[in-house]
Amino acid sequence: MNQIPALVAMSNISKRFGTILANDNVNFSVGAGEIHALLGENGAGKSTLMNMLSGVYTPDGGSIYINGEEVFFSSPRDSMYKGVGMIHQHFKLVEILSALENVLLGNEKTLFLNKKKKYDEIKELSEKFSLDIDLNKKVYEMSVGEKQNLEILKVLYRGAKILVLDEPTAVLTPQETEKLFRIMLKLKEEGCAVIFISHKMNEVMNISDKTTVLLKGRSVKTLNTKETNPAELTEIMVGYPVKLEIKRETYDHKEEVFRMENLSSSTNEGVQVLKNVSFSLYSGEILSIAGIAGSGQKELCEAIAGLYKVDSGSIKFKGEEMVGKTPKEIIKKGISMSFIPEDRLGMGLVASMDIVDNILLKQYQKKTGFFIDRKPSRVKAKEIVEKLEIKTPGINHPIKNLSGGNIQKVLLGRELDSNPELLITAYPVRGLDINTCYKIYDLLNQEKKKGVAILYIGEDLDALIELSDRIMVINSGEIMGIVNASETTKEEIGLMMLGEKK
Amino acid sequence: MRITKKPEVSRKEEIKIRTLSILFALITSGLFILILSHNPFEVFAGMADGALGNTHRLKSTIIKAIPLVITSLGISVAFKMKFWNIGGEGQILMGAYLATVVYRTFPDLGRPVMLLLMIIAAMIGGGLWALIPAFFRAKWRTNETIITLMMNYIALKWITYLQYSAWKDPNAMGFAKIAPYGDNALLPKLFGIHIGWVITLILIMIMYFFMNYSKMGYEIAVLGESENTANYAGINVPKTIITAVFISGALCGITGFVQATGVSGNLSVQLTAGVGFTAIITSWLSNLKVPVILVVSFLFAALVQGASYIQIAFGIPDAASTILQSLILFFVLGSEFFIRYRISFKKNK
Repeated sequence: MNQIPALVAMSNISKRFGTILANDNVNFSVGAGEIHALLGENGAGKSTLMNMLSGVYTPDGGSIYINGEEVFFSSPRDSMYKGVGMIHQHFKLVEILSALENVLLGNEKTLFLNKKKKYDEIKELSEKFSLDIDLNKKVYEMSVGEKQNLEILKVLYRGAKILVLDEPTAVLTPQETEKLFRIMLKLKEEGCAVIFISHKMNEVMNISDKTTVLLKGRSVKTLNTKETNPAELTEIMVGYPVKLEIKRETYDHKEEVFRMENLSSSTNEGVQVLKNVSFSLYSGEILSIAGIAGSGQKELCEAIAGLYKVDSGSIKFKGEEMVGKTPKEIIKKGISMSFIPEDRLGMGLVASMDIVDNILLKQYQKKTGFFIDRKPSRVKAKEIVEKLEIKTPGINHPIKNLSGGNIQKVLLGRELDSNPELLITAYPVRGLDINTCYKIYDLLNQEKKKGVAILYIGEDLDALIELSDRIMVINSGEIMGIVNASETTKEEIGLMMLGEKK
Repeated sequence: MRITKKPEVSRKEEIKIRTLSILFALITSGLFILILSHNPFEVFAGMADGALGNTHRLKSTIIKAIPLVITSLGISVAFKMKFWNIGGEGQILMGAYLATVVYRTFPDLGRPVMLLLMIIAAMIGGGLWALIPAFFRAKWRTNETIITLMMNYIALKWITYLQYSAWKDPNAMGFAKIAPYGDNALLPKLFGIHIGWVITLILIMIMYFFMNYSKMGYEIAVLGESENTANYAGINVPKTIITAVFISGALCGITGFVQATGVSGNLSVQLTAGVGFTAIITSWLSNLKVPVILVVSFLFAALVQGASYIQIAFGIPDAASTILQSLILFFVLGSEFFIRYRISFKKNK
């Protein structure tokens, strides 16, 4: 059979980092007008592969072909010229510039700009792909969805025919995701090759034509999406069959342990980030908070932990007022907060220290005196590594060298170990592969069974509905409503996330 | 050509790179010595001989190493917290200044009491001088690099004023100098070297335990890594910044005390001999690790001592011996780059 060369083909790609073989003879190709999903656990080599396609890394072995012609990239610029456009998970936009300026930035070779002419040109391009963008709007005024559209427009303007979307839906509401999928279909119609990285199985099933699964740096299989199912894909991805369900535990001795009343907070600039937030939390309950990224989740967590200034309102923990207490006092009362920020390390862990010293962070103040005692932390470190199956060369190994999932397990392990009565955990499964996610859900359920009150902040609505007892939806710092997880739907939550009150 | 960060370097590779860098340093400076028409081997042997060759020279090297060690200890406390204290010079001078104030206010105290009061005064002087930028940083998040640096010059001008005007010694036959201390304010000697070396060893032990086994040392390390994390763990951030920087400045102040009472015998603008800056290099080279500071500072002092010896022994000009010092330093510092990064050459089509 005479085959047309694929728009992009990567053959026998290998890449080694130190002792780790991140990509081992990976084969991967995408044709024009194809949406190709790339699946794999964390550390399976997806990002490495895509970074080689976009010129961030150069492969140690193997070749990349675009339109059948072999290409060598030594910088992202090279790959851009060949039509590769990468849309990163974290947007690379200049906040204070307008959409138009962001598109033009770094791309114009003439000294002066004819903005009017460019405006029309770019407007036309955005309409062609039904990208919903006001070109004169400043980036800081944009919603996450708009910013993402802008990123897509930016690479299209630079002539991208091959678009790589790295977990694009992680930050979107269900409605925004729908919109994004329509754009992806449009791109497909126009003959672009779309590479779609995601952890969410239902999205992969929904949108992609083909799926390639990576496992431990090797491309295991490429399948036609229509001919497969989530269970099969997961099995290939993990390497063995997994059961994908979260069992909702029940706990009978519910009593109110926590109550927040009319809490309001604002930033130093006076912008209100929490507006009259009130809710209660019971022992043995998982209450989830759903909301678009940056709707006040972080501030809410930090306010409870005593890290964020409270303007008015009260926070009662077992009847005792928490507002005005120092973080140290709040920790002592039995409130544990673990927040996994986007970079996973920003708060809660110290990257250059080993597991022992990171566990010490919540231990050392318990002992009086001038000196610290590492012995108990060492014992705990060993326990946690064993219990949570943390992959590490040793407990004295700096945690920054561990993979994201293992770092998160260290954090969660330490917080659970402190036997909290109220556990606040924000994004504990952020960026984790399916298997590890389920292990973490399991851990949370175990805590719930012990009667711990859990405030859970997450992104994946499917998991949220399965895991929690009640779901509270937040929009721009305001509570839109609290629903019972067993009676709600994703659509209902999605609408509330966008600001519809219930 | 591409520069990439190395993931982790094995101990073996690190030692290999460092050894190579010293070898390259010797070869390059050897060539330089050849150009000056001297025998490189003789000159190198001369440097070693000049730094360590006999007891007298060894003593000089140790005397040069003492201020470097103490100041490096001070600098590294602040650096561990990522507080860039470039103000060692000023803190040394202000430490020595306050010690001298004690001497001039109570000139007739007995030696032990006098020295004890002077060292406490020096710690307060250096500590307070460092506290000013720390306070601004904790309160308004100002940039401590610039403020500590600028405060060096304020301190220097203040001492200059004292030396040339207010405290000028009328008995110095017109020379602008501050009157020397009496015997009751001079450090006693032990094994032929002023007891600054005993103080140094004690400080090393204290700081080793402080940095590695005290709550405060741990808090400093956490804070250096991330202020958010420190807050989250319930660490009192402003208090930690202020205390750590005070300790940093106090150690520099002790350097001022040791140099004034042990070496120069009076307060003067030349007191620091640039140690406040040199200590930044030695702290970094030691990776802010306390025991390593001792080794690195001693080697550094030996290098300086050896270089000044070959000026006399071989008639090598002062500038040339400075070049030799810089070459060696250049390669040693350069090796840090090769330990952290890898350069790869790739053909581009």
